[in-house]
Amino acid sequence: MSGARLHRPFSEPSPLLRWLAALVVVTYAIVSILPIVWIGMTAFKSQSDAIAYPPKLLFTPTLEGFVDLFTVQTRQPHDFIAKLPPPANWYEKLARSHDMVIVGRSRVVERFVNSIIIGFGSTILATLLGTLAAYGFSRFKVPLADDLMFFILSTRMMPPIAVAVPIYMMYRYLGLYDTRTGMILLYTAVNVSLAVWLLKGFIDEIPREYEEAALIDGYTRLQAFRKVVLPQAVTGIAATAIFCLIFSWNEYAFDLLLSSSEAQTMPPFIPFIIGEGGQNWPAVAAGTTLFLAPIFVFTIALRKHLLRGITFGAVRK
Amino acid sequence: MTGMDTTTTFADRASKRAPPRSARRVVGLSDRAVVWLFIAPTMLLLLAINIFPLIWAIRLSFTGFMANLPRPLGFVGIANYVDILTDEDLWTNFQVTAHFVFWTIALQVLIGLALALLINQKFRGHSFWTTVILLPMMLSPAVVGNFWTLLLQPQIGPFNYFIGFFTGAPASSFTMIGSVKLAPWTIVMVNTWMWTPYVMLICLAGLRSIPEFIYEAAEVDRASPWRQFWSITLPMVTPFLMLAVLFQAIQSFEMFDLVNLLTSGGPGSTTELVSITLKRAAFEKWETGYASALAVILFVTVFGAANIYVRVLNKVKQQ
Repeated sequence: MSGARLHRPFSEPSPLLRWLAALVVVTYAIVSILPIVWIGMTAFKSQSDAIAYPPKLLFTPTLEGFVDLFTVQTRQPHDFIAKLPPPANWYEKLARSHDMVIVGRSRVVERFVNSIIIGFGSTILATLLGTLAAYGFSRFKVPLADDLMFFILSTRMMPPIAVAVPIYMMYRYLGLYDTRTGMILLYTAVNVSLAVWLLKGFIDEIPREYEEAALIDGYTRLQAFRKVVLPQAVTGIAATAIFCLIFSWNEYAFDLLLSSSEAQTMPPFIPFIIGEGGQNWPAVAAGTTLFLAPIFVFTIALRKHLLRGITFGAVRK
Repeated sequence: MTGMDTTTTFADRASKRAPPRSARRVVGLSDRAVVWLFIAPTMLLLLAINIFPLIWAIRLSFTGFMANLPRPLGFVGIANYVDILTDEDLWTNFQVTAHFVFWTIALQVLIGLALALLINQKFRGHSFWTTVILLPMMLSPAVVGNFWTLLLQPQIGPFNYFIGFFTGAPASSFTMIGSVKLAPWTIVMVNTWMWTPYVMLICLAGLRSIPEFIYEAAEVDRASPWRQFWSITLPMVTPFLMLAVLFQAIQSFEMFDLVNLLTSGGPGSTTELVSITLKRAAFEKWETGYASALAVILFVTVFGAANIYVRVLNKVKQQ
């Protein structure tokens, strides 16, 4: 996005070509965003609208999906509902309008809280460890530095399912199976490789002269690190943290295999939001929408660093 | 500019409260200690959570152990490996995986490169639309894959309706997920939808790295745009493209979440990627020894690819 103006003063594309390019790109963008738009729309549909044929583009929006997502309900005969005391709030009223009675809270809040705790916990840990290690690799002659960096990267390349088997057994043995601590440690281990590679790139870009000046001024290494390097690396650390958070937030395979309830996060939970007679699509869509919303914010926040993040710092501009 | 300011501030601050030299040497750690203090926690964590389990898996791969049965390991030598390498069903799974990897990458490269070339024409608003296009790859493959099962329902899903609307074929005349013929293409399609932005973004970086003067020189030499594309643009973008391809190859070879929720390997085993077979062997049949052997084979394959990956990565960096 930067340096855009530098290009092609000679063979500036003709207005027609430019217009055609815009047409194709915008069409692709709209088509590729449709599935996501459809998720958002389904979240506000009633169950019958969600599975109507032909698929409905126009519908009366309702919060049924969200109410279904957060509550457990049972179907009751019409006259039973008529005899109940009047609904205490809007969502009870909404449920009763289609013959359902709310009998309790669903577990979605716990799953969401798990996603948040495990996501942030592993992000903070991975960023912390990653910053320290990246500084070490960036500023000092570490023996076998290249091999160690490759080792760190290769841990990320391991197929999650392949390592899940022994980790499952280890976690069972250590009592870490289905615990938040276990998931935080695991996600930290996966994320730390990305954190080290990205942060090494960011720290490499900070001129050494600053630290050297500080060292000459009587700072210790640790002081120089804390007071000179860290403030300069803040943007890089923030970008890295968001990348780690996105990974932890989206992760599915490990959590599916290494947790069953206590540490279950949203991704393995969402497919099991089931209504009577199959998936309750508005509820699934409501959960999916709430789950995806933070990612939109992160993506926009990360725009400048996206390329770096997805290539482990190999491509920077 | 700001750098200069900071340095002077440090000098000022340090001169005001610098401790006497002797005391400082005691408080400050040696550089060597700092390095190990900084690197060791990461290494220890990776050793505990990656390397130790891996070594354990290698050991288990020579046993007939089943994690759900309380019985001793029972070494079986290389029997698991022989089983895997002679199993025809597993061979089919590898073929399914190869089909998936090949086609999804071919499509990603074609569409991704084309989009990058078009975006590089810098029409008004191109930056906004680029961000829109990037969105799918940021989302959770599992959660989005799960939702695609609704989108692809033959009767009620918008996908069939959309196709039917443009081709005139009745919407319920085909099912993307349930049919043996279409299902392998369905996973290719959804994965391509998800990861084309990745290839596009890297290609875009490649295009922007090409210095303007090369095109100017070509223009002076009256090279046609077609010629310019083949002898300037494409060769200059290739290292970037290769990086994207390698990364996507590893990723789609390991693919689990999206496909597990989209088709869970079916119908039959037409979309059963190796990682799904592995998950079934390990967590449904509980053939831990066999699964470990398969995991080791997968790991060796990916490790080899990662090795190449790093080499390409370093080459791209040098340019």
